[in-house]
Amino acid sequence: MKRFIGFITKEFYHIFRDTRSLFILFGMPIAQVMLFGFAITNEINNVNIAIFDKSKDATTQEIINKITASKYFSNKQFITNGAEIESVFKKGDIKAVLVFEKDFSEKLIKENKATVQIITDATDPNTANTVNNYVSSILQKYQQETNKNIKPVYQITPESRMVYNPELKSVFMFVPGVMTIILMLVSAMMTSISITREKELGTMEILLVSPIKPFQVIIGKVVPYIFLSIINAVVIVLLSIFIFKMPVQGSLILLGVQSVLFIINALSLGILISTISDTQQTAMMISLMGLMLPVILLSGFIFPISSMPVPLQIISHVIPAKWFIIILKGIMLKGVGITILWKETLILVAMTVFFIVLSIKKYKIRLE
Amino acid sequence: MKTIGYIIQKEFKQIFRNKAMLPLIFVLPLIQLIILSNAATFEIQHIKFSYVDHDNTSFSRALIDKFDASSYFNVITHFSSGKDANLAMLKGEVDVILEIPSHFERDLLKDKKINLAVIINAIDGAAAGVENVYINQIIQNFNKNVSVNLLQPSDKKFLPKSIVSIPSFWYNKTLNYKTFMVPGILVLLVTMITLFLSGMNIVREKEIGTLEQMNVTPIKKYQFIVGKLFPFLVLGMLLLTVGLVIAKVIFNIPMVGSLGLMYVYTVIYILVILGMGLFISNFTDTQQQAMFIAWFFVVIFILMSGLFTPIESMPQWAQYLTEFNPIKFYVEVMRMVMLKGSNFTDILPLFIKTLIYAIVMNGLAVWSYKKTN
Amino acid sequence: MKEKNVIQVKNLTKKFGDFTAVDNITFEVKQGEIFGFLGANGAGKTTAMKMLIGISKPTSGEANVADFDVYTNPEDIKKNIGYMSQKFALYDDLTVKENITFFGGIYGLSKSIIKQKSEALINELGLQEVANELVGSLPLGWKQKIAFSVALLHNPKVVFLDEPTGGVDPITRRQFWEMIYKNAHNGTTIFVTTHYMDEAEYCDRVSIMVDGKIEALDTPKNLKKQFNVENMNDVFLKLARG
Repeated sequence: MKRFIGFITKEFYHIFRDTRSLFILFGMPIAQVMLFGFAITNEINNVNIAIFDKSKDATTQEIINKITASKYFSNKQFITNGAEIESVFKKGDIKAVLVFEKDFSEKLIKENKATVQIITDATDPNTANTVNNYVSSILQKYQQETNKNIKPVYQITPESRMVYNPELKSVFMFVPGVMTIILMLVSAMMTSISITREKELGTMEILLVSPIKPFQVIIGKVVPYIFLSIINAVVIVLLSIFIFKMPVQGSLILLGVQSVLFIINALSLGILISTISDTQQTAMMISLMGLMLPVILLSGFIFPISSMPVPLQIISHVIPAKWFIIILKGIMLKGVGITILWKETLILVAMTVFFIVLSIKKYKIRLE
Repeated sequence: MKTIGYIIQKEFKQIFRNKAMLPLIFVLPLIQLIILSNAATFEIQHIKFSYVDHDNTSFSRALIDKFDASSYFNVITHFSSGKDANLAMLKGEVDVILEIPSHFERDLLKDKKINLAVIINAIDGAAAGVENVYINQIIQNFNKNVSVNLLQPSDKKFLPKSIVSIPSFWYNKTLNYKTFMVPGILVLLVTMITLFLSGMNIVREKEIGTLEQMNVTPIKKYQFIVGKLFPFLVLGMLLLTVGLVIAKVIFNIPMVGSLGLMYVYTVIYILVILGMGLFISNFTDTQQQAMFIAWFFVVIFILMSGLFTPIESMPQWAQYLTEFNPIKFYVEVMRMVMLKGSNFTDILPLFIKTLIYAIVMNGLAVWSYKKTN
Repeated sequence: MKEKNVIQVKNLTKKFGDFTAVDNITFEVKQGEIFGFLGANGAGKTTAMKMLIGISKPTSGEANVADFDVYTNPEDIKKNIGYMSQKFALYDDLTVKENITFFGGIYGLSKSIIKQKSEALINELGLQEVANELVGSLPLGWKQKIAFSVALLHNPKVVFLDEPTGGVDPITRRQFWEMIYKNAHNGTTIFVTTHYMDEAEYCDRVSIMVDGKIEALDTPKNLKKQFNVENMNDVFLKLARG
């Protein structure tokens, strides 16, 4: 046991004496969380649009006012003929052109329907889709208002209640994801070079000759990084709560425990990577190239998993980050506890055990 | 000149002899390109829809059928009480709950109006907004049909008015996300590989001791840096080429504009990334530090590139920061040239910005490399 | 052979913050000499050498190598010297031949000369069998000999060797010194640092550094007489204690 403690102490010294790396380990995740919390959002603000009003009547005027009054859009110019649309897009500044058909008010009264064309520059399908949805939404609201003024006849009014995130804040969706990504990448990176470094420096042989058992080496390497990552996680959670105003509807303790679980998971993945790499370079390439994009894209961080093709949805089950994001959102936004999250928790535990067992096995093989 | 040739030769030999790294450099990114390009989409489909039907008439069922028929929603299940439905939403099993009150049909016919309760999981605020639009559309349609059937001709003027919005997506009619995502993800992959490799390169020679040996030779700084740049540039272009072939063959991405222009621009772009990598490598003492710093920038560049979330949505200060993000430039050029068919004059301002960036970064790399400390 | 000074050092000092690694040293090395730069680990030998080979800037003092000033013309110095670092610094993932070709090319040798020298070197060291093997797979002694030969490819005036015999067996060490002798005989000046005091016997003159200062500078014979001991090891012990 004493040997084991001695080993862990050595690992701590390694880490804390490398001040540059330490600064990077702590400073960077914080910088990133701050940056992303504010910058990554789907909400649109002041998107430049142009309007082609073929009717120029009271109704279209009202609608246009509603649109420009919203903080989402900024009407940069009025177009007077169709040919202008192309050139306006080419310049690149205008993202959408709204075309109101002729005799708008009349058609609305006589035929009970009038159309608005929402033409978007879809070279950026994200923005195009978002703009389209926002405009549709404004039009729908206007429609509902108008219909309220008519003597109601067989009127079915849906009343939508947005739960868990009533103000539709983008931050609520992204902050758990950002937390997860950063914790995962930093932890995996840190430990994956941990073992390979020893291999490259040649100190691994010393460990192999010592009486410390393989599983002790593995666990001994993970322990100091657990503390480091916990500090990181605490800072990130605090930032989320106080700067981004994320609620924690559920239990803070459960949040803490789950975070530790996830950290251990990521760290053991890092160890696994290091056992299959001979050089630091290889380990880092695997952790970065191999993990970064799949985690960002398949974890449900930005893109909803349910919208992906089924094979990808299946692959996403293998990504630990996906489960942790569900847990985070559950605890922070839905306020649920372990009774609901037991499945996800169990999966994370199982993955962690799997990584560790595999690492120990591979480490043993190297001994022989 | 010949000296540079010797360095290039050595670097190439070292890259291709590293059997462990080769699959990571070539195979892994291309596999990711093929698989992950399918993941990136904001389209809302298969929304997990559930309902609580207290009315249970053919009328209420007709409404449910409308949701069932829609491709946006998957009617997963129904619940006998709102409480059960809410629990399911907590568990994440459903994302939308439609609650139809008892006497739905009867009350509508009697009072001529009725409210429907809809509960939407709004954690993904943007998706929730879209779902709400779709739900309203479906209910409006249903409403209209009901009114048309029930109203007397004389009451027709009391039909609800509908303002129909017709979306029209220019340059990408089907709003195919892949058209945008595949080249985008390819850029990310090429960027990551070239940045990581160049970032680790010099610092690894520092750690092994061969850098010191190089510093004692009469080799000039620029010869050394250029010799190191060139192989990675070739590597990046190679990766890009294979990636573009995949984009065309597997994903059928249109290439409206000039491929040659894309290539020329890519060369300048990769030089920016390589310059950054070498610059980082000069300042760090260990490969670990170099990788952390490279990682820090890569994650920021990727997430703030405009590929996943729009740059227009960012606050002003963040938008200003993206002016220093080379990936952002690349994404814009790629969209303009490949999708809109823009020519050289159209992308000139971006081209110049990138060129300046490349000169600055590589200048910094050469300047920061000290043969004498 | 003219008794020309190929290295001239006067009051050379290197400080790192408060710590003085090299403290005001002065000495000369003549052309064709085998000059031993001795001292314990951490005495400042390597730091001093780094200044002479142009990769470290002195804090103060003067130094000339091959008639070039270390402050103003480090790059010219590098054209005229060879260097073998403590870590041997050959590329492990290149073959013997490839390493020779590479360094020959960096020093501006023509292809035909490189080919000629490469063959000569391989034959002389008896490396025909492993010429196309990766250097990383070779035993330490062989790497060391190759590194030395590579340092001499471009016929430099001075060759700087930093602890060249670290970690190899006595026989290999002897062979290595035979190589050194041969090259010195041909006119190359050899500047070698070592902490093996018995190797000092092989040098024409030695200097002994203690804590950054040169405490002794003479032929081995004279030093032994001066300190009244049988071997250089004892000379050093006396110096270190005193």
